[in-house]
Amino acid sequence: MKKWIDRIARRIFTLSGFVTSVVILLIIGFLFSEAAGLFRQPIVEEGYVLALNKENDVDRLSAEQIKQLFDEDITNWKELGGKDMPVKVFRLEDLDHLYTEEELGAEYEHAGEKIAEQVRQTPGIIAFVPKVLVEGERDIHLVPDHTIPIKDVLLGTEWYPTATPSPIFGILPLLSGTLWVSFFAILIALPFGLAISIYLAEVAPPAVSKVLKPVIELLNGIPSVVYGFFGLAVIVPLLQQTFNLPVGESGLAGSLVLALMALPTIITVSEDAMRNCPRTMREASLALGATHWQTIYKVVVPYSVSGITSGVVLGIGRAVGETMAVLMVTGNAAVIPTSILEPLRTIPATIAAELGEAPAGGAHYQSLFLLGVILFFITLIINSCVEIVSARNKTKR
Amino acid sequence: MRYLNALAMALVLAVWSGGASAQRIKGSDTVLPLSQELAEMYMKGHPSASLTVTGGGSGVGISALLDGTTDLAMASRRIKFSEKMKMKQSGHTPVEVVVAYDALAVIVHPSNPVKRLTREQLEAIFRGKITNWKEVGGPDARIVVYSRETSSGTYEFFKESVLHNKNYMAGVLSMPATGAIIQSVSQTRGAIGYVGLAYLNPRVKALAVSYDGGRHYVEPSVKAAMARQYPVVRPLYYYYDQANAAKVRPFLQYIASQAARAKTLELGFIPR
Repeated sequence: MKKWIDRIARRIFTLSGFVTSVVILLIIGFLFSEAAGLFRQPIVEEGYVLALNKENDVDRLSAEQIKQLFDEDITNWKELGGKDMPVKVFRLEDLDHLYTEEELGAEYEHAGEKIAEQVRQTPGIIAFVPKVLVEGERDIHLVPDHTIPIKDVLLGTEWYPTATPSPIFGILPLLSGTLWVSFFAILIALPFGLAISIYLAEVAPPAVSKVLKPVIELLNGIPSVVYGFFGLAVIVPLLQQTFNLPVGESGLAGSLVLALMALPTIITVSEDAMRNCPRTMREASLALGATHWQTIYKVVVPYSVSGITSGVVLGIGRAVGETMAVLMVTGNAAVIPTSILEPLRTIPATIAAELGEAPAGGAHYQSLFLLGVILFFITLIINSCVEIVSARNKTKR
Repeated sequence: MRYLNALAMALVLAVWSGGASAQRIKGSDTVLPLSQELAEMYMKGHPSASLTVTGGGSGVGISALLDGTTDLAMASRRIKFSEKMKMKQSGHTPVEVVVAYDALAVIVHPSNPVKRLTREQLEAIFRGKITNWKEVGGPDARIVVYSRETSSGTYEFFKESVLHNKNYMAGVLSMPATGAIIQSVSQTRGAIGYVGLAYLNPRVKALAVSYDGGRHYVEPSVKAAMARQYPVVRPLYYYYDQANAAKVRPFLQYIASQAARAKTLELGFIPR
C-alpha cells in the first residue's frame, strides 16, 4: 500500500513539473512568434498603398521619410533624390473636399478613378489610399512596399506606433528609459535597504525589530497604483519645487517610487540572509577582539553576500517590470533621456498603455510583443548575473 | 423533482426572454458615461429591456461590431475606411448615428497670462516647433506639452482637428487619463494640454481658440459649441449593423427624446 502511494505521489510530482515547464516554454514560444511577425509587416499600413505620379522616379521610401513627407517636414522631392518639385500630400478624406458624394458613388465605386485622376494631374503628389481602390488604375506609380527592417526597430530612436501612413517602431527611447529608471532606483534603494537590514538584523533591540519588520513587510502589500498616485500627487510636485523644474514628471520621480517599492523586498531578503549567519562565526570574531561593527562588515555581510545579492536582484526585477506606478509619474515621453530629471517612457508602461487599443495581429500589437521579448531578455541577463555572482562566492569560500 | 423541473424551466425562460430584448453596447470610453446614464434611464422606462454597456475604446467597439459580439458600437471617431470595407466583405452594412457632440478645451496653468491661441500656434506647439511661451506672447518659460495616450480617441481627434493629421512631437508627455492631465497641468506652470469640455474645472485655465488665423477667438463653452462657434468639436457616434436595425431602433429613438437631451447636457456633452 505504502509503495503505491509513494509511486503515485512521484508520478504526480513528475507530471506537474513537466506540465509547468511545457506551459512556460509555450508562453515563451508564443511571445517570440508574435514578436517575429513584426518584421514580416509592410511599412505602410496594411491594405493601403502610396501612389505617386508616374513622372516621379522615387522608388524606395523609409518609414521615417514617409512620416516627414506627411508631416510636411520634407516639402520638395529633391530632398529624397527625386526631381525638383514640391510635395503635395493627399489623403483619402481629401476626396470629400474635391468631389461631391454623387461623383464618388454611394459605395465609393468611382473613388478609384478620381484618385487616379488627381495623381495624374499633380506631378508632386503622394497619395495614401486603400489598395482595393487603385489596383486596376493605369498610369500611376505605386511605391513598392517592403517589410519593416530589423535595424530600424532595434536602433530606431523614434516611437510613433500609430502614425499613418507608416508607423515607426524605434525601441531605443523605451529601452534606455527602462534601464535609466531602474538603474537610479537601485542606486537609491541599495544603500537604504542595506542600512535598514543591517540595523534590523544586528543593531536593533528585539522589541523594535519585532514591530518594524511587519511594518516594512506591509509596504509590500500596497498595490502599485496607490504608489503611482502617491507619486503623482506628492513626489512630482515636491521634485518640481526642489529642483525648480519645468516638469515634475521625470525619471527621478519614477526612480523614487520604484526604490520605495523595491525596498521591502531588499530588506526582508537580505535581513533573513544576515540572520542565517551562524552564531559560531560571530562569536569567533568577537572572541578575537573585533568590535561589533567590525564583525558586521568583516564577517556577517561577506557571509550573507549571496543572500543580499538575490534580494537586490529581486528588487531590480520588480523595478524593471513595474508598470502602473511608473506609467503615472514618469511623463511617458518617448525620447532618449539625457538626464534623470527629464520625462521618459519605460517598456512596461508602453505595453500597458497601448495594448488596449492595438488591433490584434497588427504591426502595433506585434511590436508590443517584441517589447515583451526585450523585457524577457533583460530579466534573463540580470538573473544570469546573479547565478554567476553566487557561483563565484561559493568557490571562494 | 417537479419543483426542480419548474425552476429549470423558469430559468431557461428568463434567460431566453432576457436575451430577446437584451442589447449590448460597447466601445469608446468617452461615450461610456453618457451611454450608461441613457441606458439606465431607458431601462427605468422600459422594465422589460436590458442593456449592457461596456467600454474598451472606439477600436474595440467597432471590432466587436464586426464579430457580432455587440449590437451598438460606441465610437469617438468615424469608422475607418478599412473597417467599413471589412464589414461590407462579410455582408453587413454599418449604419452611423450621431449621439452627441463633445468639445475639446485647450488648458494651461491658471497663472499663465496667455489667453488665446490660433490653430496654427497650437499646431506648432504640439509639434514642437514653438517651445517657449514668449513666442506666443507669454513669459519666458519652456512649454510643457501634455497629451493623451495614443490609444485614446481624444488623441486622434486632436491630431486630426488641430494638427491636421501631422504627428505630435516625440517629447510630448502622454498621460493615461484625462484626470491625470488636469492634475499635471494644474501643478506645472508651463503646461498645456487638452481635455473634454465636461472635465473643465477652476484648477486649470481654458484658452480661447481661433480657427481663422486670429480674426475670431472663441472661449470653449457648451453654449458656444451648441451655436457651432467653437471649432474644436467632434461628433460621438453609435454604429450598428443594418440587419439589426429593428432591434436597436427603440433605444435610438429614446436618445433623441427631450429627457435624454437634457441628461446629455447635464453630463457636459452637447446634444445633437
